[in-house]
Amino acid sequence: MSAPMNYLDGNAAAGELSRIFAMDITSAEGQCANCGAKRRFAEAHLYVQCPGLVARCALCEHVLLRLVNTHQRLYLDLHGMTYLTLGIEQQEVSS
Amino acid sequence: MTWRGATVVGLHDETATARTLALAVHDWPGHVAGQHVDVRLTAPDGYSAVRSYSIASAPSSDGRIEITVERLANGEVSPYLTKELMVGDDLELRGPIGGWFVWRRDQTEPIQLMAGGSGIVPLMAMIRSRASAGSSAPFRLLYSVREPGAVFYRDELRALSDQNHSAIVTYAYTRVTPKDSPRPPGRIDAELIATGTWSPNLGPTSYVCGPTSFVENATDLLIAAGHGRENIRTERFGATGERK
Repeated sequence: MSAPMNYLDGNAAAGELSRIFAMDITSAEGQCANCGAKRRFAEAHLYVQCPGLVARCALCEHVLLRLVNTHQRLYLDLHGMTYLTLGIEQQEVSS
Repeated sequence: MTWRGATVVGLHDETATARTLALAVHDWPGHVAGQHVDVRLTAPDGYSAVRSYSIASAPSSDGRIEITVERLANGEVSPYLTKELMVGDDLELRGPIGGWFVWRRDQTEPIQLMAGGSGIVPLMAMIRSRASAGSSAPFRLLYSVREPGAVFYRDELRALSDQNHSAIVTYAYTRVTPKDSPRPPGRIDAELIATGTWSPNLGPTSYVCGPTSFVENATDLLIAAGHGRENIRTERFGATGERK
């Protein structure tokens, strides 16, 4: 892998994503639009040394999610994932 | 998720650079071991800083949690939390956060915990949760730490490892070892994985938490030893930039 080792896990985005989503997205399984890998969002590589958050596929480093927070607006780009699927019962237990 | 007010109700030094904060949180809904909170500090001029900290305490219904904060030399928030903050002070926090890096009390499979430095914090919540729930899930902890003086929760871990049917703790000292240590200082390696962790045949779930380089190394070693990636959950932390 060519990317430097300065990333965290998708877990670390849970707080910021909780501003937008009612359910915990980090335990959802998502599919990478580039390589087709199906992983928990918590397992993505999260880069925070940028204006916002960037999550990349743990396998191919394709950008899965971008979240940018300006003072007035949040911008969320999810086009790097073809879908997200969540376990409803697990969510209700954890939240 | 909204920000909640919290009041500091206790302070306890774990090491020369790490302090546990006990917090009474307004309307705390309870948590699952392994979850974290975001802490927000706001200066009088409106400037605010947010940092994530793992919850160290077992789930309870008394509205209290503990977090353990390691002081970073160039940190913006951790020096305040570990040196300035006093009992009675107020903070804002958001949580509990995260539903993946968690151990639930209905899990019965063997659990392998691997901590690098202050990565012990969410794993300690799991060990405490196991104890408070009376769970008999077999737990092992491999704790990689710089030197004996850097060990968090030392007495509690010793008590746990002295009891039957409880968590088994193995230390890996990376820089300085105690005098009676059988192993020279060094990072965890395949030999330590072979002797200090559950065999993959037992079907354990592994939780690995620490700096990114530790997590990469530990995860690679577990996979090389025959563990499936799908049974390894990781939480990396590092010097995260400000996210606000």
